Amino acid sequence: MLSKVAERVYWTARYIERVENTARLVAVYTNLLLDLPKGVNLGWYNLVRLSSLEDSFMERYKVQDERNVVKFLLADENNPVSVVSSLNMVRENVRTTRDVVPGDAWELINELSIFVNENSSKALNRGQRHDCLDGIIRGCQRINGLLYGTMTHDEAWDFLRLGRNLERADMTTRLLDAGCVAILQTENNEAAVNARQIIWGNVLRSVGGEQSYRRKLRAAVQGREVAHYLLEDPQFPRTIAHCLNAIADSAAKLPRCEPVSKAIRSFQTRVFKNVDYDNLGEPMRDYLNDLQVELGELHAVFVKQWFN
Amino acid sequence: MSINWSDYSPVDFFDELFSSTGNPRKPARRLVTYLKSLRDEEIEQRRQAAEATIREMGVTFTVYTEEGNIDRAWPFDIIPRTIAKKQWDKTAAGLKQRLQALNMFIDDLYHEQKILKDGVVPEYIIKQSKNFRSECVGVSPPFGVWAHICGTDLVRDKDGEFYVLEDNLRVPSGVAYMLENRAITKRVLPDLFEKIHIEPIHDYCERLFDMLTSLSPRKIKQPVVVVLTPGIYNSAYFEHAFLAQQMGAELVEGSDLVVQDDCVFMKTVAGLERVDVIYRRIDDLFLDPEAFNPDSTLGVPGLMRAWRAGNVGLANAPGAGVADDKVVYAYVPQIIRYYLDQDPIVPNVETYLCFDDKQREYVLANLDKLVVKPANESGGYGMMIGPHATKKERAEFAELIKANPRNYIAQPTLALSTAPTLIGSSLEPRHLDLRPFILQSSDIYVTTGGLTRVAMRKGSLVVNSSQGGGSKDTWVVDTEVNY
Repeated sequence: MLSKVAERVYWTARYIERVENTARLVAVYTNLLLDLPKGVNLGWYNLVRLSSLEDSFMERYKVQDERNVVKFLLADENNPVSVVSSLNMVRENVRTTRDVVPGDAWELINELSIFVNENSSKALNRGQRHDCLDGIIRGCQRINGLLYGTMTHDEAWDFLRLGRNLERADMTTRLLDAGCVAILQTENNEAAVNARQIIWGNVLRSVGGEQSYRRKLRAAVQGREVAHYLLEDPQFPRTIAHCLNAIADSAAKLPRCEPVSKAIRSFQTRVFKNVDYDNLGEPMRDYLNDLQVELGELHAVFVKQWFN
Repeated sequence: MSINWSDYSPVDFFDELFSSTGNPRKPARRLVTYLKSLRDEEIEQRRQAAEATIREMGVTFTVYTEEGNIDRAWPFDIIPRTIAKKQWDKTAAGLKQRLQALNMFIDDLYHEQKILKDGVVPEYIIKQSKNFRSECVGVSPPFGVWAHICGTDLVRDKDGEFYVLEDNLRVPSGVAYMLENRAITKRVLPDLFEKIHIEPIHDYCERLFDMLTSLSPRKIKQPVVVVLTPGIYNSAYFEHAFLAQQMGAELVEGSDLVVQDDCVFMKTVAGLERVDVIYRRIDDLFLDPEAFNPDSTLGVPGLMRAWRAGNVGLANAPGAGVADDKVVYAYVPQIIRYYLDQDPIVPNVETYLCFDDKQREYVLANLDKLVVKPANESGGYGMMIGPHATKKERAEFAELIKANPRNYIAQPTLALSTAPTLIGSSLEPRHLDLRPFILQSSDIYVTTGGLTRVAMRKGSLVVNSSQGGGSKDTWVVDTEVNY
């Protein structure tokens, strides 16, 4: 497989994952604000901070309100990781790798692109936001479903899987981080006594993991357990442990994989060693930040070994 | 406005679907009966369905503008153009004959040049040809074939006969659109495929792949075939990607390839892998900065060495463009007679060569009636359609011809055939042409029909998609089976 094609396939998967997770993030935040008691005010700008996009946002917007943040994340072509921009990148990458991705995927991607262009403005109002976000998430799942159902498990498949799981792991750290931020911001608010459970419930929901969490733990939603579950559960497909296993698995099937496999193994052995589940404030945020840096370093190892 | 099939009147031209007002031609009868049975809203629904399909399939072509490159949706008219199988079979035989003779001609030019010595084609035409490559002299590609893929433009004049307008032997494009047009039509007019015996066209990509593998220098079970594209900003990029995908070949850019020890390799995740055959969609002069344009970043340094050493197959072979020249075109009937000792089956359009004093005199005196074309351009650029040109434009072309007579030819303005086309919500005749594709290596193959291109502007004769042309699905209909 051509190095350049491998890299494009890998990025295709990353961008699709990013589109889905961005939609999930906005959906869950909207939901969270409805659930929290009146008087508890979480800022929308948190979402921009979580994605480390403050500079890019400040360049174009003065007001950090709901409308601007949602527009920035979904429909702003000048934000390089907005849903619209990510989909453009997916199209560019698939357009140039059509020979290795099932032909129907190209059609579904175009369909989703058309959907987003026609509907993203609706998402600015809460009334129609759900339909739009739901459409985006479903569109991504259709594409992934098609790939699961029809794509041959060749090298391209493993590069897709690498990209998908790396991006997914990164997004899971950000969704967890969203929970930590919300906890920190409501800590001293009298009205927010019940906020903790609402917040962590929404974090679970954002990754579609509420049901599986309950079945597995058979316990009420608690921060400590949720964080542990989303980091270390080996079975749920969006946890860090699961994503790292999938990455290791795919990497091992690719040619000249030894240096990559070694880097992954070393990451896996130390990743959960010093997590302090009793302290879900700043220490957890620092840990999540380190995790994002490590994932970035893993990406650099892929580039060096396969894409150059 | 509404669609009224009984009123459609193809005046002054040969119409592909109707012989006269209200009278469809035999191959079009069932099609017209069916379309008549649809209400206007239904036709509009089908048209919208076609548009949506094109957007979803992402069928695009790239237009260059000063603001940058724009991807446009492929312009498509849902009413197919029909051709009787009997007439097509004869035309196809003529196309095979033509490409065979052209390949013998090219091979001769790069070896003994018998045809020049025998005085059938004047020697200075080749000497002054921009597309003769001295780097190719003495090379013997497999089967003596240089132009493996040819796109020949056919037009129908008033008499209903097909004429060859030009042969595209360099990097002809359009075949992907021919295939996509059929895919779209099957989606929007599916009922008709049960009722009418429409000849299928889907085997092109397999034929192309077989032809390419036959050029492999290594006789192995699965030769590595790649499609070499200039990249995403080329107007035909969609087609390059489409063909690679359909053939299961790698789509590569020059930077993905490297030449070592006169062999071509591609850079893969597992290291370097040997390449056997390259379907190149890059012009000769950009293929290899070592041999041609040193500034080219699109090509692969050393590619010509590898090809000359016989270590890689190139389709089309470098230098094949020498026969893709509108002056050489004028000699094709003689070329066919010379090499094959046969009469040409499909005629040429009458052509005046401006380097001939007498013919140039005629051209200059009749610029208002003629179409003047440069010898080496494609895409409809740099030509002048006399009857549509202003006095000033004609004067400019007169100067151009006088300054460089070898570079210009002229042809009578043809009464290009028309077909009913949906314009807004009514039917209007629009001019069209046809580009079939011919493949040659050990054997020879012609597509069934080809790509029909339509000049969407009223009265216009320019069908190029870069200049506002559209297209139609082309049906070769076997009238003997069904009627």
